[in-house]
Amino acid sequence: MTKPLLDVSHLSTTFKTPDGLVNAVNDVSFQLYPGESLGIVGESGSGKTQVFMSLMGLLADNGKTEGSVKFLGEEILGRSAHDLNNLRGNQISLIFQDPMTSLNPYLKVSRQLTEVLMEHKGASQGEARKRSLEMLAKVGIPEPEKRFDMYPHEFSGGMRQRVMIAMALLCQPQLLIADEPTTALDVTIQAQILRLMGDLKEEMNTSIVMITHDLGVVAGLCDRVLVMYGGRIVEAGPVREIFYTPRHPYTKGLLASMPRLDELGESHLNSIPGQPPNLQHLPKGCAFHPRCPQAEERCQSAHPPLRRVADQQLSACILEA
Amino acid sequence: MEGAMNVSTANAVSPDQPILSVKDLKVHFALGGGFFNKVTRHVKAVDGVSFDLKPGETLGIVGESGCGKSTLGRAVLQLITPSDGQVVWLGDDITGLPPKTMRPHRQNMQIIFQDPLASLNPRRTIGDIIAEPLMTFHPHLNKTERKKKVQQIMEKVGLLPQMINRYPHEFSGGQCQRIGIARAMILQPKLIVCDEPVSALDVSIQAQIINLLTELQKEFGMSLLFISHDLSVVRHVSHRVMVLYLGKIMELADKDDIYRSPKHPYTQALISAVPIPDPDLERNKSSIVLKGDLPSPINPPSGCVFRTRCPYADEQCRDIVPALEGVSFSNDDVTPSHEVACIKWQNL
Amino acid sequence: MTRTDRLEAMMPGLGITQPDREIKGRSLWQDAWRRLLQNKAAVVSMVLLGIIALMAIFAPWLSPYPYDEIYWDYIQAPPNFDNAHWFGTDSNGRDLFIRVLYGARVSLMVGFLATGVSLIIGVTYGAIAGYFGGRIDNLMMRFVDIMYSLPFMFFVILLMVVFGRNIFLIFIALGAVEWLTMARIVRGQTLSVKRKEYVEAAHAGGVSNFKIIVRHIIPNVLGPVIVYVTLTVPQVILTESFLSFLGLGVQEPLTSWGVLISEGAKLMEVAPWLLIYPAIFLAVTLFCFNFIGDGLRDALDPKDR
Repeated sequence: MTKPLLDVSHLSTTFKTPDGLVNAVNDVSFQLYPGESLGIVGESGSGKTQVFMSLMGLLADNGKTEGSVKFLGEEILGRSAHDLNNLRGNQISLIFQDPMTSLNPYLKVSRQLTEVLMEHKGASQGEARKRSLEMLAKVGIPEPEKRFDMYPHEFSGGMRQRVMIAMALLCQPQLLIADEPTTALDVTIQAQILRLMGDLKEEMNTSIVMITHDLGVVAGLCDRVLVMYGGRIVEAGPVREIFYTPRHPYTKGLLASMPRLDELGESHLNSIPGQPPNLQHLPKGCAFHPRCPQAEERCQSAHPPLRRVADQQLSACILEA
Repeated sequence: MEGAMNVSTANAVSPDQPILSVKDLKVHFALGGGFFNKVTRHVKAVDGVSFDLKPGETLGIVGESGCGKSTLGRAVLQLITPSDGQVVWLGDDITGLPPKTMRPHRQNMQIIFQDPLASLNPRRTIGDIIAEPLMTFHPHLNKTERKKKVQQIMEKVGLLPQMINRYPHEFSGGQCQRIGIARAMILQPKLIVCDEPVSALDVSIQAQIINLLTELQKEFGMSLLFISHDLSVVRHVSHRVMVLYLGKIMELADKDDIYRSPKHPYTQALISAVPIPDPDLERNKSSIVLKGDLPSPINPPSGCVFRTRCPYADEQCRDIVPALEGVSFSNDDVTPSHEVACIKWQNL
Repeated sequence: MTRTDRLEAMMPGLGITQPDREIKGRSLWQDAWRRLLQNKAAVVSMVLLGIIALMAIFAPWLSPYPYDEIYWDYIQAPPNFDNAHWFGTDSNGRDLFIRVLYGARVSLMVGFLATGVSLIIGVTYGAIAGYFGGRIDNLMMRFVDIMYSLPFMFFVILLMVVFGRNIFLIFIALGAVEWLTMARIVRGQTLSVKRKEYVEAAHAGGVSNFKIIVRHIIPNVLGPVIVYVTLTVPQVILTESFLSFLGLGVQEPLTSWGVLISEGAKLMEVAPWLLIYPAIFLAVTLFCFNFIGDGLRDALDPKDR
């Protein structure tokens, strides 16, 4: 077995707010292997974004992280901002939902791209320019020479996201973390971006972490899936197992509540009742029990650990055992 | 308030008569224009849209951002004054009516918004928010009567009636959307324009709201204009579906027709672009990935507006503006049940 | 399962203990107030300001001396606790303590009234301009621009010359100038609030323009306005002091902090207490308002922190 690229164990993140402590991530452990694409699925407040913000040292000032995160066998949690910065540019890249907020509106795209290479790889100006142009062509920007010296606002949403992907891939990172990269885009543009990410993954053998609320996106792109709820992983497994034989009631509910294009519409969707949990007052025991159709008395007292339910599938439900 | 009474009783609608009929509606926004500047350019947000809506029917309006679907919904409600064309509501032309004359009609047409929290005034209790239409159209109701009605509708939409004195920020997104629906439903209108009502919600909450809307429709029989970019949601709630692109109708058909055999290349591309939550299907489906981006609505392409991204476009498409053509017809053989605006649909 | 039970099961975590009792909501104003009370500087400032205001209101009972009586035995006497001239006396032999409190009356009144005038005009004007937009907005705001470009001092002096020195004229003059900024702030806020979906929902519900402005626009622009008010009050107090310094303020024997400071400044070397005491009061008041303004800003918009 190969060594994991990223090994997260017992990661917990809390935020101190004027209204009390918020437990955004609770005891999350998982591994990511080279060349693998991992989907993190969850609703708002499930902690899916905060997991990666924590391990990249990008938390807001009031956030606190515990646990261990090993990247290529080395602990990266608690490293200095300078170290993490270096790591972020070089070996781990991030793509966010709204490309406009991650591109500096006052700098030309050319400058923002070449800067990455010159900073992290020590490339010369000319070399950086050449490699940036190649990368723009690779992510499917038509006439890259013409667009190279434009400002971000002169690009459309889909083009900006391509620029972000190009920028993320410039240093040939080993890990690409994409946080809802297509949520702000239209479906036809989303299809373009997803296809691009799929192609790049094949070609460059980069590990991808895809954080999303859209199960359809995960189905197409990911090898393995983590389902998060209330700051915890409730189910983990290969993509086919998660979609065809889900074990956790939350995963089942999530799949059943999606209206689907490929089925003749049933008139009633099987929705999950209730509201997403409040991270300040997580329910005792299993965080999902107030909304769970199968909940029993014992679900309220014991917190279910993540345990193996099939060959490669883990689920955190005590009723499963 | 006498006018209000007239509208609701005098024009009783027979089931086949459309309650709403939109004819060649255009909304063009002027660009530029200030104290000293002249208006030089126009954004053609909606450009010649016609359709009918029957009582109790749901018409889904799908399209990508910038296709004019929200503008269309607001123009129907006269929240934006159309530049041209007609909106006929229960037999009356309501296009460009002054606010006073429009007011009596408003109790029969309501709107639900995309952002549940932003659509509620943060300074008012949800009781006040839901009661606002009542205070406008039934000012004679006293406090207890009003409260009773508000609590009844709250229970109908799945809110605890004793929450009446709480404020919007104390509720989650899904609950805020229920409050918005309660406000829209309290006068039992004949039409609700739903502008992306579930796009801002989590998947599990989305399903709750969709179910709520379809249940309410079954009970009260109102018509819905369901605007969304999400084709799966539209498929689930609509009876008929309209596909918009750059302010024009590309295809308009019964739900099953449009999803089973889409005729317009744009509809085909849209449908194939939606990711399916099923790994095997998703990976093996043949998808049409469109090239490029939406052209600017200030200066749309000549001929067919879709031709710049269409895989089948040729010279002809540049010259001919395609009209909506009937593909199949309903029982009476006159009213088309499936219409498409493409000159090549028969050859694709 | 009854409907209510089902609802309750669906909505956990809302703290429903007694299902039949109506639950009182916490409005945003209450939330803001609670956050303001957590801000120590703001609370201390409010207490200090309250003390100063109470002292000004109950001034005649706090000192054995009237504010306009001249004591020939004590001309320009230093502070003395034995004869109850706690702050000493001025060059005319009047008790400084009571004069500082009377000055507080005038200064605070000018501050609040002029701000009140500017608040009423500014909010109405700005909300109307912003809400109706288009040509109305253009005309109304150009008028504000023109008013801005008029030299303020010239305007005040003109008023004084024509109508004579009168304390109400000062309110009007200051209010008439301060409302301009208020109108701009309110207009800007209105422009963003009127695009909110709840305003659109009100339109769709046939609510009249007047009610939309009163119910939906004004309550939602008040946050920044209140913060601005706490900054306007000290500004007006300072302007009044400045006018008094120029001899355009209130008329003797009435006084204000500005008048007292200007007189004290003249005698700074021989009778420093004439400058120090009114200056302390003025400075403390200004500090208090600024701290309260700061606290309100944080309390009203916690996302900004």
